[in-house]
Amino acid sequence: MLWIAGFLIVAGLFFFAVGVLGILRFPDFYTRLHAAGKCDSLAAVLVIAGVALYNLTDYSLANLLVSIKIMAIAVFVFVASPTATHAITKAALVIGVEPWTRKDREQ
Amino acid sequence: MATKIATFITMLLFWVMLSGMFDAFHFSLGVISCLLVTLFSHELLFYGDKKRSWVLGILGVVLYFPWLFWQIIVANLEVAYIVLHPRMLDMIDPCLVRFNTQLKRPIARVALAQSITLTPGTITVNIDEDQFTVYALTRSAAESLPGEMERRVGKALDSAS
Repeated sequence: MLWIAGFLIVAGLFFFAVGVLGILRFPDFYTRLHAAGKCDSLAAVLVIAGVALYNLTDYSLANLLVSIKIMAIAVFVFVASPTATHAITKAALVIGVEPWTRKDREQ
Repeated sequence: MATKIATFITMLLFWVMLSGMFDAFHFSLGVISCLLVTLFSHELLFYGDKKRSWVLGILGVVLYFPWLFWQIIVANLEVAYIVLHPRMLDMIDPCLVRFNTQLKRPIARVALAQSITLTPGTITVNIDEDQFTVYALTRSAAESLPGEMERRVGKALDSAS
């Protein structure tokens, strides 16, 4: 159990690190949003699941309830994160931030 | 009536999960609050679609989630590969795609939009009538839309058409 929890947390941290690298490396606002918004979906859920499992190593009803609450956070992240990403992207498109394209690369 | 009972049970489970106390006093407080909430706003959680039972709806959602999670893992690995690739700029080709959806119910459309945004490499920008506007990171991510995801969301949430 402890090992599985550790593995989940480390995997989550890996995807968070990739997300940060993506924010730094991608060329423009929209592609950066891909990296920023996306590590939320998997990385956050992996870390949260790892913490919930770690909490369960000392099994009791109270701990079980706490673990369920922790997993509820994951559910809310799943709903809130894409909504936020969508809202930011749409706002940027509406005010006319120019997306990076292949042509910018060739110039 | 069925939606009232379903709302009440959902609310009560949520209460028990949050409170964690099972003595008569706290539990009866929970029952009373859940009854009041159910009475005032039972049509908000499971709202009516006469053609299809909400039990089937819940089952569809439960079956859809593992597939969605698997898609998220696969797509995340793809984006991670692109991010870590030394010639990253050659691999990405951002573009806007538009496609029309066959989904009818608003909840199904929202679920599809959220699913598209959750899977890395694609962001739903806008839904206008039947038309989805999606911003994709790579050409292959753009081409895979809407594809199987729309079919599965339709199966899980849309009224049978």
